[in-house]
Amino acid sequence: MKGVAVTGMGIISAIGRNLNENHLSLKNAKNGITNPEILSTQHSHLPVGEIKLSNAELATILNLPENHSYTRSALLAVHSVKELLENSGYDQFPEGTGFISGTSIGGIDKTEQHFYDYSENPEYRKYIQAQHPGFTTEKIAEYFGLNGFVTTISTACSSSANAIMMGAQMIQSGKLKRVIVGGSDCLTKFTLNGFNSLKILSEEKSLPFDDDRAGLNLGEAAGYLLLEAEEYTSGRSVLGRVSGYGNANDAFHQTASSENGEGAFKAISKALNKAGLSGSDINFINAHGTGTRNNDLSESVALQRIFGKNIPAFSSTKGFTGHTLGAAGAVEAIFSLLSIQYGEIYPNLNFKTSMKETGLDPVTSIQNKEINTILSNSFGFGGNCTSLIFKKDE
Amino acid sequence: MMSKELSIKNSLIIRESRVFRNGELIFEADQGLSTTKFLKKVYNDQKLKYSKFFKMDELSKLGYLGTEILTNGSIEDKETALVFANSASSLETDVAFAQTMEEFPSPSLFVYTLPNIMLGEISIRHQLRSENIFFISEEFDPLLFIDYTTALFQQEKVENVLCGWVNLHNNDYDVFLWKIANSGGMEFNEEELKKLYLPTHE
Amino acid sequence: MSDLHTELKKSIIEQLNLEDMEVSDIENDEHLFGDGLGLDSIDALELIVLLEKDYGIKLTDPNQGKEIFNSVNTIADFIEKNRAK
Repeated sequence: MKGVAVTGMGIISAIGRNLNENHLSLKNAKNGITNPEILSTQHSHLPVGEIKLSNAELATILNLPENHSYTRSALLAVHSVKELLENSGYDQFPEGTGFISGTSIGGIDKTEQHFYDYSENPEYRKYIQAQHPGFTTEKIAEYFGLNGFVTTISTACSSSANAIMMGAQMIQSGKLKRVIVGGSDCLTKFTLNGFNSLKILSEEKSLPFDDDRAGLNLGEAAGYLLLEAEEYTSGRSVLGRVSGYGNANDAFHQTASSENGEGAFKAISKALNKAGLSGSDINFINAHGTGTRNNDLSESVALQRIFGKNIPAFSSTKGFTGHTLGAAGAVEAIFSLLSIQYGEIYPNLNFKTSMKETGLDPVTSIQNKEINTILSNSFGFGGNCTSLIFKKDE
Repeated sequence: MMSKELSIKNSLIIRESRVFRNGELIFEADQGLSTTKFLKKVYNDQKLKYSKFFKMDELSKLGYLGTEILTNGSIEDKETALVFANSASSLETDVAFAQTMEEFPSPSLFVYTLPNIMLGEISIRHQLRSENIFFISEEFDPLLFIDYTTALFQQEKVENVLCGWVNLHNNDYDVFLWKIANSGGMEFNEEELKKLYLPTHE
Repeated sequence: MSDLHTELKKSIIEQLNLEDMEVSDIENDEHLFGDGLGLDSIDALELIVLLEKDYGIKLTDPNQGKEIFNSVNTIADFIEKNRAK
């Protein structure tokens, strides 16, 4: 199975404003975790993966008029889709290009800033409609004149992984010829307070897969990929292929993952099956690895169940970017494609001690080796587990 | 088009204090009840015993109740995929959580600030470890359901799909659930879906 | 039964949406989690909020909750010793 061609990518995250900057940070093990500077919050001691550009600065870069109504998620998304467009080789997206965007919070950032101002300050009312998660997607589509199939996926932290899966499915079923897939989520007081109330935010830099892990760091990012049907790929550069995908529900708890990692196990099994691969074909795993007690253990158990004693090299890149929620699947898909492109495995930062329960060690320093096949996991609240498999173009 | 071979097996509507199964009115409460009170009445009327119900937010309650009634409390095919959408996401609960944020942010509210938690609740109740997806679209969009569901069947991923439009905004709820299978029911197309969704507008 | 015990039972029922329960249904020494009342991890977090909101007690380590939230009796004891309001 050849898989669906990826012919363009764009990203902005706490470790870089474009592909090149992200790649350099990954290569040099340079993380983007700091205390919040742009987001104004009373939780200023909680480390986050923040993009050090204000909304005004982003709007200037994107040449938006002063009275624009773009939410921060939309600004980040437009920034990264612009990069995708530039490296796709198109001047503008051809007619009929689809757009599938994942988000977990949509325009909540504007709502929370102006919630109490709406009645007194009419100038903020333009943001009322922005709280609708579909609004952010529409804004991005409008910026690029995308008037074909446009939709928003909201399945928490697997949103953009599901956008990639859906895009690949629609190309394979002949519904679409070309589609931009990915996701965007920004830091908000809403999510910071919420995750804090669940007591799963670490007060230090997160330690994915470490025995002493004490929670996650929130992050913000946007990442998008261009998927195209085979007939449009001749003479163009194919960055890699989406060759497998699988989604399953953990059916255990609203937010917590099951002890035996059943949802993750099923999602990975489905993805391998779809790609026609067995576990031993996987060269590397970009794990979900958020740094919470619960996720990392559950995911490790799922990996043990799938791969037995021969678990491939794996790492979580959340130590670089923080957990970028709805964008995480797309961000890590892009990191996976960079791994394939450059033959590099990026390290799991901050790791010292293996978990007592599993004894598994992730990759802790950059490794250079040929990578043909990568598994990327994204698991969300609501039990929504998605696994994607990316392959080198041959 | 493959969708011609797919069938709508059955359907359910909950709106304006009424519950319809396959077009037939099966429960009606006083108009103007709050969503919470109405949902409790439906729960009692159906003689359901599921203490988790009272812990759910209203959106999840709508999805849970709709599924119980449509399936008579049993989903045999554990690979039945869930394809759901709405317009207002989890806005009601988002606002409720935001109001607690100033003082003591409530974890039990935050948990429900995502619309796909409803799918988690349905999956837990019926022990479904199947594929599920949640879309946000401005209004009920039959083609979105048809495209996605058709692709699932084409890829031979599923034999049954439970589709749902479950929206809640300002105490105004709109639930439309239906099951899709390979045969045995109405044709699965835009026209039939629109008719089922808005029977009064024929 | 002390006022505090009754007050706690009322707040637990209300805060944790135990719709089908009444104060008299909860025994003072009944396990709140596991095979007793069947509360879960989110309920435990909500109880931490309740301690802070109603009694001014801030739990620094959420793991402390395991012992404190064993039963209404253990919560009441803990509040008596630590309450700030």
